[in-house]
Amino acid sequence: MSSPAHFPSHSIPPGAEAPRPATRRDFLKNCATGLIVWVVLGPRLGAQTSEASFPVTIKVRPKDAADFNAFLRIGEDGRVTCFTGKIEMGQGPITSLPQMLAEELDVSLDDVDIVMGDTDLCPFDQGTWGSMTTRSFGPTWRAAGAAARGVLLGLAAEALHVPVSQLTVSAGVVTDSKDPSRHITYGQLTKGQRIERELTVPPPLKQPAEFKLIGKPLLRRDARDKVTGKAQYSGDIRVPGMLYASILRPPAHGAKLLRVDATSVQGLEGVTLVQEPGLVAVLHELPDMAEAARGKLHAEFEPSPSRLDDKNIYDFLEHADLKPRVVAQKGSLEQGRARAVRQLATTYLNAYVAHAAMETHTALARVEGDRATVWASTQNPFGAREEIAQALGFPVPNVRVITPFVGGGFGGKSFNLEAVEAARLAKASGRPVQVCWTREEEFFNDTFRPAAVVEVQSGLDSAGRIAFWDYDVRFAGDRGSDLLYDVADHRITAVGNFNGPPGFHPFPVGAWRAPGCNTNAFARESQIDQLAALADADPVDFRLRHLTQPRAIRVLRAAAEHWGWQPAAGVSGRGLGVAIGMDAGTYVATIAEVAVDRASGKVTVKRVLCAQEMGLVVNPAGATQQVEGSVTMGLGYALSEEIHFKDGVVLDTNFDSYDLPRFSWVPKIETILLDARDTPSQGGGEPAIIVMGAVLANAVHDATGARLLALPMTPARIKAALQA
Amino acid sequence: MHKSFRYPPATSMTETVAFRLNDQPVQVRVATDRTLLWVLRTELGITGPKYGCGISQCGACTVLVDHRPVRACNAPIKSVAGKDVVTIEGLAQGGALHPIQQAFIQHDALQCGFCTSGMILTAYGFLRTHPRPTRADVIAGMDQNLCRCGAHVRIIEAILTAATTMQGGAAP
Repeated sequence: MSSPAHFPSHSIPPGAEAPRPATRRDFLKNCATGLIVWVVLGPRLGAQTSEASFPVTIKVRPKDAADFNAFLRIGEDGRVTCFTGKIEMGQGPITSLPQMLAEELDVSLDDVDIVMGDTDLCPFDQGTWGSMTTRSFGPTWRAAGAAARGVLLGLAAEALHVPVSQLTVSAGVVTDSKDPSRHITYGQLTKGQRIERELTVPPPLKQPAEFKLIGKPLLRRDARDKVTGKAQYSGDIRVPGMLYASILRPPAHGAKLLRVDATSVQGLEGVTLVQEPGLVAVLHELPDMAEAARGKLHAEFEPSPSRLDDKNIYDFLEHADLKPRVVAQKGSLEQGRARAVRQLATTYLNAYVAHAAMETHTALARVEGDRATVWASTQNPFGAREEIAQALGFPVPNVRVITPFVGGGFGGKSFNLEAVEAARLAKASGRPVQVCWTREEEFFNDTFRPAAVVEVQSGLDSAGRIAFWDYDVRFAGDRGSDLLYDVADHRITAVGNFNGPPGFHPFPVGAWRAPGCNTNAFARESQIDQLAALADADPVDFRLRHLTQPRAIRVLRAAAEHWGWQPAAGVSGRGLGVAIGMDAGTYVATIAEVAVDRASGKVTVKRVLCAQEMGLVVNPAGATQQVEGSVTMGLGYALSEEIHFKDGVVLDTNFDSYDLPRFSWVPKIETILLDARDTPSQGGGEPAIIVMGAVLANAVHDATGARLLALPMTPARIKAALQA
Repeated sequence: MHKSFRYPPATSMTETVAFRLNDQPVQVRVATDRTLLWVLRTELGITGPKYGCGISQCGACTVLVDHRPVRACNAPIKSVAGKDVVTIEGLAQGGALHPIQQAFIQHDALQCGFCTSGMILTAYGFLRTHPRPTRADVIAGMDQNLCRCGAHVRIIEAILTAATTMQGGAAP
């Protein structure tokens, strides 16, 4: 083993204890010299485009003044430390952000360290979601690097007595191009100085022709720590005196707590009981003992008033009395309908789906006086800070949230209930407290992807073109509802959003990887496939006939070409499907091949090819992983994943009944990243998942002639569709 | 408000359990009905094995007991008495990574990393019994381990690479 150690019972081994985190004061002291670049996040620079449909209840501090945290610091030793409020949950910014910075700064990637998701050390960030890290935050980040480079070149010009234009930089060494023997390092330039620069006007960024690092496939920088067990997640942090919590949960959503009888735990050694409004928990030095003791509490709850279940929910959502809002409208639906010689109306459904990250929501909180430090598995450390401060009644700056590695998020770690719970319990007990939800709590407290209903009416004109498109999405959200195809007369309406409205769903719902898009792509691309069949046209050709956006045409042509697509109209029996989509500024076209076992209803996915155009690709290796991950995760919501529930009770409580995609499900996956290096980077974490329901439904139809209108396409639903 | 109780000892039996952990002898005095996972993660400070489901469904807690992969979340601490337990922290020998670890790095066979230690130790046990696996063997051998990020295709490649390396061949 790498670090021999003794393991005395009931003590914290030295290696496991979290070092007392550096405070801002420590940090500034360490930064007494060097170059520090601060960024004023204002409307001109780095104002991140707001996620139009993001829930307003997420706490986001508006940016109104200079942020007092630096983006980067270059030390006397030449090492660069960069700071970001973004977090690493597997999606790869721990590699791509230093890659971008090293590019603009002209330093070796090995000389760049990154600090992520620490609210005391990192500049404000609104949260890691929406595939925004590269496309929206990236330009600001690169600008910080470019600004630092500009300052350093100025200093080098003075030191070497030559004009800036005569200097070249490589790996942090500035050289006089006319006399290469004359050079100076970044570390030497900053030595003994304290230079601060505030960046208010964006400096020019490098052009693609100048790139040395951006566009190069790089291996993950966190892999070594993750394969050796060194990587720490929130549940791995230990502080002296800490207790573990087990929290009393209601048996059903909507079930109110009437009374708790704690007599039975009043004989257990080392047990602390906390009873606060809305929070009853047992604390113990050992997490399993806390859980065992909590199991002895006798609690009485009112029954849940909910009478919804996973069967009647669709009828309820379809008829929920809410006024639709118009998302897009063009031409006249009346005229379109009049031109239609054939009409097709379809209702598409999809189930509630869990995030099911492998790491459950976990936080450790330490409260000292009126200050709190919380380590949390969150996609939103600055939002968590606000939520905690509010819950404790502390001023926001007195709360520090530190984000260790996050074991998967997918939108599910945007809210921070477990961090608030840990902080409240720490304050109440006077001891540091870890809250690590059990898998059962995770399924109960998850903000599921909403069940949704999409009603599409459409028709073909006498020339076999789409005559009209009347599309109404209920409860999925309007993100991804764009038609994409050229149809003169169309209207898109939406009811509710992916986060509500409150009071309609039997439990909380929220953002799930590309919120809205999976539902909308399933409905749109299934309907387009049906129209292609009605027109007796090949589904790729039918789409191309109706596409005008060059990027959409390009991805579809690329997918067909790389696949070796042979056109065929109607049910070919080959089991091939196609679907396209756009999300986070990125276009995808995916083709899939399936086999369907008619006896069992089981779908086997044999091959999936995804062509993606995402503008400038920073790290093609990382982007490819995100496509593969999206394709694989997408198998779940397409084929198996569905939350069963009744009367407020979530019936799926663990992985014994909730089926995640497994090794044996995974097809051959081919990723084609199209070169678009001269256009700005777009999103990469979500786009490829959005078409998975549609492409597999279309492939199942091509294999069997059965059109699946509800996700997931479980064996039971496949068999029912085959018999229909 | 809260109340702290200090009461007589718990009713469950407490016992000393001795075993080897990552090449070191260890002794813990614990309630015998506790699981290996929580004793490792708390008293012993070994946090590589992760809690993912608690019912042996996901494999994130996998450790090696006498070289065989075991789901620590359902292994009573008593069951490892006198045995040799290796966690992900103990797999690298003398600072040199195990070929499976190297292959996971080389293939980017992870994203969030939470399932990774369980994947690697499950693969270790699998390769001991299947030194020359086919792709289908690897899939069957790993099918009870869950990964939510979708690193599956890379994990399969990494295990095939590691198999070749461990057979003395050059990594493909």
